[in-house]
Amino acid sequence: MSTTTRERIGLLLVALALIALPFVLAMAGTAWVRIANFAVLFVLLSLGLNIVVGFAGLLDLGYVAFYAVGAYAYALLASPHFGLHLPFWVILPIGASLACLAGVILGAPTLRLRGDYLAIVTLGFGEIVRIFMNNLSSPVNLTNGPKGINRIDPFQIGPLNFSASDTIGALVFSGPIKYYYFLLLVLLAVILVNRRLQDSRIGRAWVAIREDEIAAKSNGINTRNIKLLAFAMGASFGGIAGGMFAAIQGFVSPESFVLNESIMVLAMVVLGGMGNIWGVIAGAMLLSFVPELLRYTVEPAQRALFGKLLVDPEVLRMLVFGLALVLTMRFRPAGLWPETRHRRELDENRA
Amino acid sequence: MTGASPRASPSPVAGLAQTAGHGASGHPPWASPAPGEVLLEARNIGKRFGGVQALKDVSLTIRHGEIYGLIGPNGAGKTTLFNVFTGLYPRDGGMVLFCGAPLNMASPHMVSAAGIARTFQNIRLFGNMTARENVMVGRHVRTHAGVIKAMLRTPGERAEEAAIRRRADELLHYVGIADRADDLARHLSYGDQRRLEIARALATEPKLLALDEPAAGMNATETAALRGLIEGVRNDGLTVLLIEHDVKLVMGLCDRVAVLDYGEKIAEDVPDVVRADPKVIEAYLGAGTG
Repeated sequence: MSTTTRERIGLLLVALALIALPFVLAMAGTAWVRIANFAVLFVLLSLGLNIVVGFAGLLDLGYVAFYAVGAYAYALLASPHFGLHLPFWVILPIGASLACLAGVILGAPTLRLRGDYLAIVTLGFGEIVRIFMNNLSSPVNLTNGPKGINRIDPFQIGPLNFSASDTIGALVFSGPIKYYYFLLLVLLAVILVNRRLQDSRIGRAWVAIREDEIAAKSNGINTRNIKLLAFAMGASFGGIAGGMFAAIQGFVSPESFVLNESIMVLAMVVLGGMGNIWGVIAGAMLLSFVPELLRYTVEPAQRALFGKLLVDPEVLRMLVFGLALVLTMRFRPAGLWPETRHRRELDENRA
Repeated sequence: MTGASPRASPSPVAGLAQTAGHGASGHPPWASPAPGEVLLEARNIGKRFGGVQALKDVSLTIRHGEIYGLIGPNGAGKTTLFNVFTGLYPRDGGMVLFCGAPLNMASPHMVSAAGIARTFQNIRLFGNMTARENVMVGRHVRTHAGVIKAMLRTPGERAEEAAIRRRADELLHYVGIADRADDLARHLSYGDQRRLEIARALATEPKLLALDEPAAGMNATETAALRGLIEGVRNDGLTVLLIEHDVKLVMGLCDRVAVLDYGEKIAEDVPDVVRADPKVIEAYLGAGTG
């Protein structure tokens, strides 16, 4: 890889900005650091879903189920609910594996389906998982039903507790800031893995299936296994994100894993640009931050302009969100930042 | 390998000889050990779609190193037979022996692994992938790196990727579209798309290359170039099965020809004999050549 000096400086600036970001946000309030954390979680989810939807072209409307599996795995293994308190670096791989298994369980019977039909089945799967979480409270109390699981352990590395504040010099490292850095590391790893997969034999097979399944089959691709692999990989990323969600939130309940969340993540992937990692990241960031910005600006703006609250920010949020999707699909149907596979090839030639 | 290459290279053999030096093996991987031996034998193939008997007791033998033509009027069952050979359709009866062993046709990818590669009548490329990537996909069945190796980018995976890429470039050069390697497949001209499909099929290292109407929609110049390419492939030791509407092309190019009519084989011989067969004239050539 030959990167020019300009690119290097650019990367360095981005890295510095990302490192400084939580402290800047903390000045506006710790809530904003939390918002950033959830934005990163959504980026992780979008990158996972991008493997299934963007690369392999399998429309999955139940992706949040894998997020739920990861979150509940963490919740059950690190909370007073069962009295288990395993360290997070043990649970996250377990959660990822369970989600991966769930992905295979969903993938196996649906392999012959495509498009609308697959969407309906995956949608059903997502609901099934949520309803299970909701009802597995009797006869054996597994998930504590709709009440959810409380007092989930935060991450703990030796003496470093992610729920407490530490002060180093003049810098206050609050819990959310620590999680932010951890999430950033995970995000970097996931981006790296995604890029490598995209440029690999498997990644090409995924795209080939998306482009023309019959041609892919006839050219020696075992479409069944490769599609299962896409489901499994996507689900694993969802499971990891779910585990971190449980730890950051300290509380999980079935309410966090409704269909709306699946659709939100899918919208991030589609809006950003299916198949393009950077587009997906941009889409997830946009759809995570803009609604929050609205939440914090619309109400004061209305009070200042009209003296009273005319439109609830929550209503406006969905309105803007819907409008953004409609406009994107009308003017940039491939997403804000679509996949450009040929440019990558040119870059490689230069290297 | 990105240098301008002569389009429709008059001597694809020489073209390959040039590039083969870069390959791992140094010679075409599909070099056939024993020309003249039976490569594919179909026995009593049957296929029914509802009430339509698309194929009825079709038997034929394709020998190593020949160009075997399959002709017949529209709806005679040529493409159906093709799809049965390549595993896209399950057959209702009969069996196929490939290299002396029964061909497991449970799934197209197994057929591909066994050594039969095909192109499609209506071109089926991966439109949003570059020409090179299309050919690289063809290498899938002969390579091994999985998800873990790709994530860790192990030295083995890197070497394999480099070899895949090298082979793809060689094959693009071989079919004469090396200069379009970085273009999206859907941006290629019609003739180049046909060539790219052949390159992708060759990437699977087939013993039998099955072409479904490769000259459809081509003008005379493009057809002549295609003919050169097919002959070159055969001269490099590959067996070719050719479905074609262009009777002149088939008669001039093929070593042996089978004629299908209403799902039945009515003739199978060298072109001159088939041309003179009264049944064939009646069924297919009659009207035009009277």
